Amino acid sequence: MSANMGVLEMNTSLVAGQKENGASIQARRIIAYVVLGLVSFLCLFWFYILFINSTRSHQELSAGFTAIPSTHILENWTNLKNGTLPIFNGIFNSLFIAVVTAVLSTYFSTMTAYAIHAYDFKFKNFMFTFILMIMMIPAQVTALGFLQLIGKMGLDDSFVPLTIPAIAAPSVFFYMKQYMESTLPLSLIEAARIDGSGEFRTFNSIVLPLMKPAIAVQAIFTFVSSWNNYFTPALVLHTDTKKTLPILIAQLRAADWLKFDMGQVYIMIAFSIFPVIVVYLLLSRYIVGGVTLGGVKG
Amino acid sequence: MKRKILGVLLSTTMVAGMIAGCGGNSAAPAAEAPATEEAASEETAAEETTEDTASEDAASEETTEDTASEDAAAEETTEVAADEGKVLNVYAWNEEFKSRLTDHYPGYEEVDATHGKIGDVDVVWNITPSDDNAYQNNLDETLLKQADAAADDKIDLFLVEADYALKYVDTDYTMPLADLGITDADLADQYSYTQSIVTDSNGKLKGSSWQACSAGLIYNREAAKEVLGTDDPDEVQAAVSDWSKYVETAKKVQEAGYTMCSVNDTYRVYSNNVSGKWVQDGKLVIDDNLMNWVNDSMELVEAKAENTYDLWGDDWAKGKTPDGKIFCYFGPAWFFNFCLDADQEGTIANQGGWGYCVGPQSYFWGGTWICAATGTDNASLVKDIILTMTTDKAVLKDIAQKDADCVNSKTVLAELASDDSGNLELLGGQNPYQQLAEGAEKIDLSNLSAYDQGCNEEFQNAEKNYFEGNATPEEALDMFKKAVMEKYPEVTVD
Amino acid sequence: MKKKSKVVSYNKWGYIFLIPFVVVYLVFQMIPLVTTVYNSFFENYRSGLTQIGPNFVGLKNYVTIITNGDLPTYLVNTLIMWVMGFVPQIILSLLLGAWFTDPSLRLKGQAFFKTVIYMPNLIMASAFSMLFFTLFANTGPINSLLLQLGVIKEAYQFMSHVWSVRSLVAFMNCVMWFGNTTILLMAGMMGIDPSLFEAAQVDGATATQIFYKITLPLLRPILVFVMITSLIGGLQMFDVPQILTNGTGDPMRSSMTLIMYLNKHLFSKNYGLGGALSVFMFIITGILSLIVFKFTASDKVEKKRSKNKA
Repeated sequence: MSANMGVLEMNTSLVAGQKENGASIQARRIIAYVVLGLVSFLCLFWFYILFINSTRSHQELSAGFTAIPSTHILENWTNLKNGTLPIFNGIFNSLFIAVVTAVLSTYFSTMTAYAIHAYDFKFKNFMFTFILMIMMIPAQVTALGFLQLIGKMGLDDSFVPLTIPAIAAPSVFFYMKQYMESTLPLSLIEAARIDGSGEFRTFNSIVLPLMKPAIAVQAIFTFVSSWNNYFTPALVLHTDTKKTLPILIAQLRAADWLKFDMGQVYIMIAFSIFPVIVVYLLLSRYIVGGVTLGGVKG
Repeated sequence: MKRKILGVLLSTTMVAGMIAGCGGNSAAPAAEAPATEEAASEETAAEETTEDTASEDAASEETTEDTASEDAAAEETTEVAADEGKVLNVYAWNEEFKSRLTDHYPGYEEVDATHGKIGDVDVVWNITPSDDNAYQNNLDETLLKQADAAADDKIDLFLVEADYALKYVDTDYTMPLADLGITDADLADQYSYTQSIVTDSNGKLKGSSWQACSAGLIYNREAAKEVLGTDDPDEVQAAVSDWSKYVETAKKVQEAGYTMCSVNDTYRVYSNNVSGKWVQDGKLVIDDNLMNWVNDSMELVEAKAENTYDLWGDDWAKGKTPDGKIFCYFGPAWFFNFCLDADQEGTIANQGGWGYCVGPQSYFWGGTWICAATGTDNASLVKDIILTMTTDKAVLKDIAQKDADCVNSKTVLAELASDDSGNLELLGGQNPYQQLAEGAEKIDLSNLSAYDQGCNEEFQNAEKNYFEGNATPEEALDMFKKAVMEKYPEVTVD
Repeated sequence: MKKKSKVVSYNKWGYIFLIPFVVVYLVFQMIPLVTTVYNSFFENYRSGLTQIGPNFVGLKNYVTIITNGDLPTYLVNTLIMWVMGFVPQIILSLLLGAWFTDPSLRLKGQAFFKTVIYMPNLIMASAFSMLFFTLFANTGPINSLLLQLGVIKEAYQFMSHVWSVRSLVAFMNCVMWFGNTTILLMAGMMGIDPSLFEAAQVDGATATQIFYKITLPLLRPILVFVMITSLIGGLQMFDVPQILTNGTGDPMRSSMTLIMYLNKHLFSKNYGLGGALSVFMFIITGILSLIVFKFTASDKVEKKRSKNKA
């Protein structure tokens, strides 16, 4: 990394000395492409290894590392599919929880941000500071109390503790608030009021569409972190058929010598990354374009 | 025998149980006495047993009847557990026992991966991996709720490993085998160490195993020829018969361009032969033999004769091939049958290149014990499963031959040692049963405690820092004590 | 943002829109937080199958944590690994963000690059650590490569040296999160009124001047957000070092983070000590975040300028 950093610093200064003439732009462009090429390699390399490893048998994997795919991908898949783990339940559970979390989190965080942004009321500043404060509480810190609570509420082993708390997501709120500040003019809301639009309708039909780029970005972030979350689901879910993919992967990895099979572990990882890549690629097209749109509008 | 390496995801599964069990301390379930209406379900099970396993079983059948009448007497005094449970709940951390039961228990039918049937009783397998303590957490929570659980949700059977057996055995949550009607005579053919592991502080036996995992030194024959000029098990044994000879040999091994093994390979050999328990009167005691491990290992690590690889890791596993240049592994029968990759081309095992000898000290590694949970509603079925799977010689011999387990029966092991049926290709045709049986006789586990699992693990972790030059011996020991305090707040350390 | 306007009569809607957040927050975060604090005053753990406590012990748990002196060590470990990962991450992100939003560069394939940079985040941290563990094993591919190239003479034990373990952790965090940061910063940069850049260029400002005088100050709100979320994420660092070091934080716990330490107490279901530790961590996180917040967000006037009303 340190070598990389040197290059980067060099580039910053190159960025700085821009615009003198076409040649320097050309040079900067080349450097940008080189760096971006390296960065892309760093980003995609892991997917390649995961793919290669999922095509190899356990013995091949323990024998060492190669860059060439092997032939055991179907065998690994069949073993996984016929094993004791309910992987199809897992994918459904993960999908359900991640989608609900993303929707609840973005919708209600936008609503909260809107409340602070668009209205004046007594506790407004207090609320804003308060939410910023609680953003600083690490989730693990309250994990013990959280579990006690859901135990008492009878929500153990259910999806409720994994989805509903997403409504109060301080960091998503903060992002939305910052975004509103630069892109949501209050005059627009007042215009809507003059047209006789109710507050709730204004929020849903005017504010939300304007917030689309921010919502898309946060939806991806929330979806992905929920999809990959192990901490809370592992605490809450006990029934095999309710478990999410990361827990099932952990179980597969924890199998002991009798049936330990790294080939299966890798194919399961590949299997669980696939849907999230699809979701990401679908939304990312929207982001790459969407963010630009937001900027142009501003 | 759990896979340590990389197994850890988030250790947070530990928290998982915390809440439910937080009420704590509920009194142990009352129902202690087994089986009264042995008639119905027992009949189906026992009948099939006798049919399938033929003559030898006559004896054990008698016992069953005897105990049935004993139970009738006991019935008057103790509260009686129901015996017509429709569901047999089994808690395990892997599928080993499930496959043994499927293959060897008469009348067991597999329904799907986690369900089976014995007669009209549904068998439900609750399999939680042992990593991150997940299996024990899950078991703890269920056992603590056992008293209030509906009959069909109660645990009937659960499995334990030696490292933490006492944690369960020394409580009322585990049922004495005598209460099930299993007598000492039934268990006479078992190795005594397998019983001392599951005997509680009142001397009551509370579990039984079908395996006797005495272990020894598995050496690379090529390397032995090169270094010692012979690959004969007896002569190799002579070169490693005690620790000073072992260290000497290891240095020779290093000069020949090999590595003896990992310091973690030898750990169990030392830790099985300690002179006292880890925790005595609430205080942590570090045994001399463990310090011997530290000193011997450090000497060999410094001489580059041993490495510090974690068991099961990629680096450690390299020794299975000739390129790994490893002189030996330490392990029991299951180790050479399952962990040396004999079916994989290019491994030493595939070419029959390993040899087996007892090594510097006798020890054991692994094994699974079956325990009956207090409050079971299938007492007679539980009893029959324990008897059939861990004492029936025909079944045990079958297990030994089909599954290559080293079984918990002196008679069966003697039979295997006496003829060529025990010869193993991966050992170059050597029959290791003689050594395995001898080893099993010598194991003494009176110094086992409920703290073994945590202490052994942390001790190895801490000393690794010393071996790798990241800590002085004192710092490593302090690190160990700190880790023990974190794991066991009730234990005091100096 | 202080719009004293004609919306007064609508302001009750401010409260109404806050209801879901507040209710959910109170139930799912406030109550657990209070219970955690409450627990910290009790002796409450499990020994085997036996529950010890809860017995009220006052501040004993706090005293234990202060006197054994481990907490500062693990805090420093955590911060070191966070800084080692965050500095390259934010530089890389600013650089990429600047390139992507610089119209004069006219980079091709932007959609591809923008898509790709976030992808490492799609891999679970645990799977990622597992890959690293394999790659950097003594007999792993990285060591074989280095040996073949003649860079080293014998295998380098990456997992046995303080700084190599820390660097690996930092590197992984950087790779996993720089895409996320870049997307956030880009969104901020796109929100800046292009006419400001044009005006600056007309006035003859260099790219450096534009970056430091316009982009960075106007980016401040998003930068604050990135800094704080990353700091909090950093203080919660857990799965990467946990799996890479097999839960030990070795060598000699030099890569043990605060949450890994908390996790150690969960083995014995130690609600008391765990609770006290949580309280300390809460305080530490709060102080550090406030410092970052005050340090970076003091100047609100600047932000005002960035607002462009359509």
